[in-house]
Amino acid sequence: MSYRTVIGSQTYRFADLKGVLAKASPARSGDYLAGLAAATYEERMAAKIVLADLPLRTFLDEALVPYEADEVTRLILDRHDAAAFAPIAHLTVGDFRDWLLLDSTDSAALTAAAPGITPEMAAAVSKLMRNQDLILVAKKCRVETRFRNTIGLPGHLSVRLQPNHPTDDVRGIAASLLDGLLYGSGDAVVGINPASDSLPTLMRLWQMMDEVRQHFEIPMQSCVLTHVTTQIQAIEAGAPVDLVFQSIAGTEKTNASFGVTLALLREAREAALSLGRGTLGENVMYFETGQGAALSADGHHGIDQQTCEARAYAVAREFKPLLTNTVVGFIGPEYLYDGKQIIRAGLEDHFCAKLLGMPMGCDVCYTNHAEADQDDMDTLLTLLGTAGITFIMGIPGADDIMLNYQSTSFHDALYLRSLLGLRRAPEFEAWLARMAITEPSGRLREVGRGHRLLRQLPAFSGAA
Amino acid sequence: MNESSSHTDLVQANPWDELRAHTSARIALGRVGASLPTAEVLRFGLAHAQARDAVHRPLDFEALDSELHEAGFHTLRVKSDATDRPVYLLRPDLGRRLDDGCRLRLLQEPSAPALAVVIADGLSSSAVQRHALPLLEAFRTRFDADWAKVPVVLAEQGRVALGDGIGEALRARLVVLLIGERPGLSSPDSLGLYLTCQPRVGRMDSERNCISNVRPEGLPYDQAATKLAYLAREALRLNLSGVALKDDSGLQVIGEAGGSRPRVEGTVPDAQ
Repeated sequence: MSYRTVIGSQTYRFADLKGVLAKASPARSGDYLAGLAAATYEERMAAKIVLADLPLRTFLDEALVPYEADEVTRLILDRHDAAAFAPIAHLTVGDFRDWLLLDSTDSAALTAAAPGITPEMAAAVSKLMRNQDLILVAKKCRVETRFRNTIGLPGHLSVRLQPNHPTDDVRGIAASLLDGLLYGSGDAVVGINPASDSLPTLMRLWQMMDEVRQHFEIPMQSCVLTHVTTQIQAIEAGAPVDLVFQSIAGTEKTNASFGVTLALLREAREAALSLGRGTLGENVMYFETGQGAALSADGHHGIDQQTCEARAYAVAREFKPLLTNTVVGFIGPEYLYDGKQIIRAGLEDHFCAKLLGMPMGCDVCYTNHAEADQDDMDTLLTLLGTAGITFIMGIPGADDIMLNYQSTSFHDALYLRSLLGLRRAPEFEAWLARMAITEPSGRLREVGRGHRLLRQLPAFSGAA
Repeated sequence: MNESSSHTDLVQANPWDELRAHTSARIALGRVGASLPTAEVLRFGLAHAQARDAVHRPLDFEALDSELHEAGFHTLRVKSDATDRPVYLLRPDLGRRLDDGCRLRLLQEPSAPALAVVIADGLSSSAVQRHALPLLEAFRTRFDADWAKVPVVLAEQGRVALGDGIGEALRARLVVLLIGERPGLSSPDSLGLYLTCQPRVGRMDSERNCISNVRPEGLPYDQAATKLAYLAREALRLNLSGVALKDDSGLQVIGEAGGSRPRVEGTVPDAQ
């Protein structure tokens, strides 16, 4: 198949499908670093024009990474649901954008179509969409998941409480955990990025969080974000593991660089399910992704970073996660240079994941060597709030003292709730009201020195 | 920033500020409605400004060179293929490559006596400006070498792997590289130390050892220099570095620290 178009006297030719996708992608530093980006503004538009005319079926007929060479490709094609695809099978990529934006394409239609949409179709159509399109369509997607509470209801926003400490000091982590709970955060998950990978250290973290949860009867789930093999070991050693975490990516080679395969993820999910700890549902996985991961692992196969990212959601989808999030600005300016690129990528990632049926959150974040600041994060946070983001991060003062980057704070979550009227997971919000942390309206109450959480929580050490 | 002068009755304070004894996280900040009080917005803004300046303010190589010279070190100057800071930030590959003219000059130098030291600006000029000389002096007292002949190479717009090309050109058996780490909001001036045995272009990160967060508020000079000297002696004795070179003092090897986020270029703890 030839990919070409003529603009004026200039003929633009693209060698293959992934070349069309890469050159149609909005400008970002990672695609330039990989040598894949359009050379001129006009070439980028030429690629978009070619892309708009391609039938959606093209992505079923032409794999970006060969079927034989990549287990993610095999997963995508083997799991494709032809019946779900049927209502959109006749569309081109350009038509698909129009169809997504129709008023008649409602939540039910999008949910029904999701198993028929491949990551490449989602990535392709996103490249033709403006930011407002990405927001409007994502807002229509409805994805609900459950473990000990209900995440993803319309009009709701959850927060991952991220109480990291540079030396995994349990008292330091408990202090940040307390701060977050008293600010009404933690309904998505309480998730610690540990500095250590030593099992005894990690066991104390799991135990401390579980003691706190049980003692105060909090409808929440916890997670220690270490390598999946360590979590399987912890489960075997009797740790109270709620969610199993793993960083994932969109190609087999990149996943190999993370030390994971689909079989290993399957094994981890089964180990978590065997504990039967979920009370409302069996969504036991938590995944993180991010544009640029494939290039940094030399596992991108000449595919642009946004399309690689969308393929990671096919991996996530296979394991029915409670939560998936993109760590959009974490990777650094050689992949996403500035606020504009980070904002665009955050909206793309959220849209593509939601279209594929994933409970998508975003670590709205940046590093100090990127051309971005709190104002850019406020912009992305607000846009994602309007787009119906499933969850965001909650970190004391937005400053992660372990991972050395800036994300969103407990205050940022309150801002978004106040601005857009977003509620917490209902079970968690009821708990906050019972504990006199919030009003029935969800607004914070004044917490005095005598509050039970304040008196008792700092003593939990995970030593039991 | 002076809270005593502000109208504290406007701010809903949090009665758990004593928990700050256990963490440097920004807890118990208080709030105004749903939002941060002015004092914290300013505190955060100042920390961010310092981190940004650490990335973008050029390292004063002249001053550092003369300080090192006065302290008795034998210095050389090189640059990477990254021509300026924007290129450095966008093209990590160029920051790892030694400029051709510099390579030719290093080839004219006498062979290094086993050890060569590289000081690269990396992502924090303030880290290098403040900590490179005191760290190196602490290392000198702990590591036996003919220090008058040990080349100390000052490298502009350098990333970690730049040390490979420098060490190779100087025919060193071991390169110790000091570099400004990616600045955090609460740690704008962390120095990273990287140790690579038999340096040559193309070495992998798994073939290096790293000592991170060197600064008085983090890992103090004396402790860092003791670890570095121990590792340097072991690397020369065993003729290797990286994952195969273990240290019993709790030192983290690259790739073993914090497995929760995929390690990417320029992320904690390295500054590649």
